[in-house]
Amino acid sequence: MTNAILTGLMLGGMYALIAMGLTLQYGVARIMNLSYGEFLIAAAFASHWLFTGWAVSPFVGLALVVPLAFVLNFAIYKLLLTPLVRRAPNRDALEVDSILATFGLTFVIQGSMLALFGGAYYSYSFLAFPVQFLGETVAANRLAALGITILLGLALYAALTRTRAGTAVRAVAVDPFAAQLVAINVPQASALTFALGGALVAAAGVLVSTFLTFSASSGVVFTMKALIVVVMGGVGNMLGCLVAGLALGLSEALVASYVDPGLTLAVNFALFLAVLLVKPAGLFGRATR
Amino acid sequence: MSARTAGFGAVALAAFALLALVPRLGNPYYLALAISLLQYTVLATAWGMFSGPTRYVSLATTAFFGVGAYTVAVLGEILPWPLVLLIAAALGAVVAAIVGLSTLRLSGVYFVIFTFGLTELIRQLVVWFEVNKSRVLGRYVFVNITQADIYWQLLALTAAVFLLGWLIARSRLGFALRVIGEDETVAKHCGINTTFAKVALFTISATVMTLVGAIMAPRWTYIEPSIAFNAMISFQVLIMALLGGAHRLWGPVLGAVPLTLLFELLSARFPNTFTIILGCIFLLIVYMLPRGVAGLLEKLSTTAGGKTTQRAAA
Repeated sequence: MTNAILTGLMLGGMYALIAMGLTLQYGVARIMNLSYGEFLIAAAFASHWLFTGWAVSPFVGLALVVPLAFVLNFAIYKLLLTPLVRRAPNRDALEVDSILATFGLTFVIQGSMLALFGGAYYSYSFLAFPVQFLGETVAANRLAALGITILLGLALYAALTRTRAGTAVRAVAVDPFAAQLVAINVPQASALTFALGGALVAAAGVLVSTFLTFSASSGVVFTMKALIVVVMGGVGNMLGCLVAGLALGLSEALVASYVDPGLTLAVNFALFLAVLLVKPAGLFGRATR
Repeated sequence: MSARTAGFGAVALAAFALLALVPRLGNPYYLALAISLLQYTVLATAWGMFSGPTRYVSLATTAFFGVGAYTVAVLGEILPWPLVLLIAAALGAVVAAIVGLSTLRLSGVYFVIFTFGLTELIRQLVVWFEVNKSRVLGRYVFVNITQADIYWQLLALTAAVFLLGWLIARSRLGFALRVIGEDETVAKHCGINTTFAKVALFTISATVMTLVGAIMAPRWTYIEPSIAFNAMISFQVLIMALLGGAHRLWGPVLGAVPLTLLFELLSARFPNTFTIILGCIFLLIVYMLPRGVAGLLEKLSTTAGGKTTQRAAA
């Protein structure tokens, strides 16, 4: 039982980390990014390439991949998504347009990775030794990833609540029109937040690649999980992200060890629907959306 | 008006009669191509029937297609063919009604997310059932259905879908859906039962998709979950309907025909970069043709023929 719960918590922490970037992108920049998982896999491939080709530790890899992802996502927002933001008459139209555009982007990125790396599964051995933790044996790489996840989460929370820029970002999330009235540059804040979300998913990709096998076409699974967590937790809500991620991870681990490992996705969806039917705005979302 | 409708009906009837002769040409390649064209025409039109007026983006086409195909794989050898089709349609309708009732009350984006994963969910459930209960993964389909039979069934379904779409557009349901598409809150205040209207149309559209899956199933002799629930179909149908223009009944055809031909060509010539090209086409459509070919044609016809009326109005 302890083992299942511990596994579930680690899995949940990973889901929360993966979903953190998406909740920023969707909550603030209003872009429903369906190519989100593809960025995660791209970062995983980058980390794999750095580690196996150049013997660069994934922890150092983070320092290389994350800033690169930030710049890349900023460029994507400016070049690809700004025309859609300008064109959209209202928020709903932008959501549909962004879904369609990032959906096309999914295929472009996925196809490029397939052409570069083929359809095979990749993994590499990093910190792959068992350690004792709370009386249970766990893999060191998972524990390290969880530690970094917690650090990243705390840093992000502090940045959003304690700094001026973070307050501006939260203001845009609440009401982009009113935010303009208090001299916040909304397009700039949206672009930066979208880029920040992209940097976070890249960090998640590097961390995930240390303990999971991945392939060029496994991005969709991560997009799905991230979407479920974001919607369950309430869009744009960091605490909701954490709680929903943990709930998802725990339920998955418990179902896998006590019912049937083949039914984890069914459980994900059941949970997702149950939350939406009871609280349409998510666990921590505001009622008016 | 009625004379014009009758004339249009006669032309459509003649066109279908001509199309019914395709298998008589005796060229298996053209027959196969014609089957693909009809398959995507029906799927895209059915997609547009629901998503066009309501503007709910559904990514669940494959889910229903797969349910139809799998029904045939399980029951095809046991029961007579018309009964198999009937059961497939009923199953599709039930699944659609359940999905619709539980998700259509939600906001549009949540609907996209749910349908995005629905195919994967049903696939996992089928795999789980096959592995644990029937102890096989993959089934052989031995039914006495020729390629020409598949073609004629699809043609009949195409005719039925267009007739159905035409009738719905003229009914109270069609009007209700257009109001919902414009503004759902207004629709509610007008006393329209929005949930009923959406679920009804979603079910009709999904039943058609399920039938396409059932009709197409005999094309493969061997079916397994990854073949029947190939997520690519959802994406291709979405692109086709968007390119053609989902706000008109005849719009999706304008996207389905050229894109089916294009995909046929690309997957044969560039199998490795097919996905990249698909994505680029998709992006181009979203940026260049937000209202599809149908929207472009309407714009052209209004600027060409409507100049005088515009001036009069001004």
